[in-house]
Amino acid sequence: MPVPHTAFEATTNRALRVFLHGLPGVDEVGARTRAQDLATRSIKTTAKREAIDMAIRMVDLTTLEGADTPGKVRALCAKAALPDPADRTVPKVGAVCVYPDRVATAVEALRGTGIGVASVATAFPSGRAPLEVKLADTRRAVADGASEIDMVIDRGAFLAGDYKKVYDEIVAVKEACGSAHLKVILETGELVTYDNVRRASHLAIHAGADFIKTSTGKVSPAATPPVVLVMLEAVRDHHAATGGRVGVKPAGGIRTSKDAIRQLVMVNEVAGPDWLTPDLFRIGASSLLNDLLMQRTRLSTGTYPGPDYYTLD
Amino acid sequence: MAKQRRTAEAPRPPRLAVRKTYKLYLGGAFPRSESGRCYPVTSTDGDHLANAALASRKDARDAVAAARGAFGGWSSRTAYNRGQILYRVAEVLEGRRDQFAAGAERAQGLSRTAADEIVSAAIDRWVYYAGWTDKVAQVLGGANPVSGPYYNHSAPEPTGVVAVFAPQGAPLLGLTSVLAPVIATGNTAVVVASESAPLAAIDLAEVLATSDVPGGVVNLLTGRVPEIGPHLASHADVNALDLTGAGDLAAEFEEAAAATLTRVLRPGPGADGGEDAWLDPDPGTARMTPFLETKTVWHPIGV
Repeated sequence: MPVPHTAFEATTNRALRVFLHGLPGVDEVGARTRAQDLATRSIKTTAKREAIDMAIRMVDLTTLEGADTPGKVRALCAKAALPDPADRTVPKVGAVCVYPDRVATAVEALRGTGIGVASVATAFPSGRAPLEVKLADTRRAVADGASEIDMVIDRGAFLAGDYKKVYDEIVAVKEACGSAHLKVILETGELVTYDNVRRASHLAIHAGADFIKTSTGKVSPAATPPVVLVMLEAVRDHHAATGGRVGVKPAGGIRTSKDAIRQLVMVNEVAGPDWLTPDLFRIGASSLLNDLLMQRTRLSTGTYPGPDYYTLD
Repeated sequence: MAKQRRTAEAPRPPRLAVRKTYKLYLGGAFPRSESGRCYPVTSTDGDHLANAALASRKDARDAVAAARGAFGGWSSRTAYNRGQILYRVAEVLEGRRDQFAAGAERAQGLSRTAADEIVSAAIDRWVYYAGWTDKVAQVLGGANPVSGPYYNHSAPEPTGVVAVFAPQGAPLLGLTSVLAPVIATGNTAVVVASESAPLAAIDLAEVLATSDVPGGVVNLLTGRVPEIGPHLASHADVNALDLTGAGDLAAEFEEAAAATLTRVLRPGPGADGGEDAWLDPDPGTARMTPFLETKTVWHPIGV
């Protein structure tokens, strides 16, 4: 369904409300059915091998724990650059995603590998902090060398209908990012409805997001297939209306190769094959990478691998 | 509308038969094979008894994943608690002994007396290994004398996921005799039941499912050893193989298992026999030790 992308001035909350509430509603049953239908596609043998390698290149290898030590971040970076030490044909991952105070460690560990460091910022995961704090958080991460910033939107303001506040925050953070890419986390698990997911997606895109991301990974449900479908539709519609390309990053709950391949099928069918690149699609995950590596080994050796042969992370 | 009362002269309609669908036992649930296949099971006289699920490579994969998932919880229970649960299996089996005796009579053409003897022996086997759970550590472990100021202790620990090829000719007592020692010590099991007589195994799974044995500790596949076996033997997440019922393929499986340093128990005497071969009331620790690893701890004296 075409989305009215009329030029509008986001100067008032009213203008934003008129635009966002003017978006067509999401057919909830339809979205679920379509996501389910796409999940039944059979991807086997050579296509599966391609898909696994593609998924590995799209992984944002993530560690976002209070217990993250510099050592753990360095170990993760080593894994990002060489996911399977026993098989050097495995591609590198898309990026490493850490908390802002671990950016310097990650940048140092990844020097020379060509892998970027993504940092969550803006009082992740709740986002409940004054704007100055969020901007300081962002600037510090960029100054330490983060090439991508994952910000969270103010869900409280969004649900209260204060779209202008959400919009202005994204614009301000985008400015603070400078040349770093901005991923905007919608935290769809807290947005309650698919209509809200669509509105938040368009709001973030209009405010200048380079990527829209489903979740922090701290709230369940996270990246469910219908939610990703709605977000992919938003970037597709935005592209149809303006020609601009915005990326999508599902995060949280994608643990198996099967889940990841289903996401890729959805990207191809909804947004189109142009989105099948790490520049426009990423998967935020930590345990997924080991499963991808195991599936890859299974395809090349014909025998089932076990988790004992892969790193604990 | 008032309910119609059946009058005396109207004949009762014949009752519809309730036939059991024999399925797999994976992770505490009874799913069909993911392949949707099944195969006919006949008695030794050739009568059709039922259709059993024909497990595929992917069912075996799922079974290993379920067994791996259950290993942490099962192995960290106290040995005493595992003993209680195994004893519970015996209790529940005792309550259903008629069903198992009738099954053995029908499937294997045994006399009722012989069938009863087999069922009794199977129940006693669970009690036997229930007793062993908290004694095996004393028998196989201990304090070692060392020439230095150290306490030195060895203790047996379960190896992990064990793939068990149950004896082909001994569907109940043979199966019990190979399964109980594996789980008694804290391992979890993926069992490939006798191909020609798998029904007793699924009946036994129903007993396990109602005896506080946590889901995933025992996973039961019915199907063909040549189809499922190679994938279990080469699986890197399987820690040990019991090849009792693997027949001619045992050597091939052992070779595949070597690639991932999997422990192997070769088929012993009686592996090809019927239930009678398993009647020895005191099988000892011989079927437990192959699936245990010895952990040795050194501790300085006086610190």
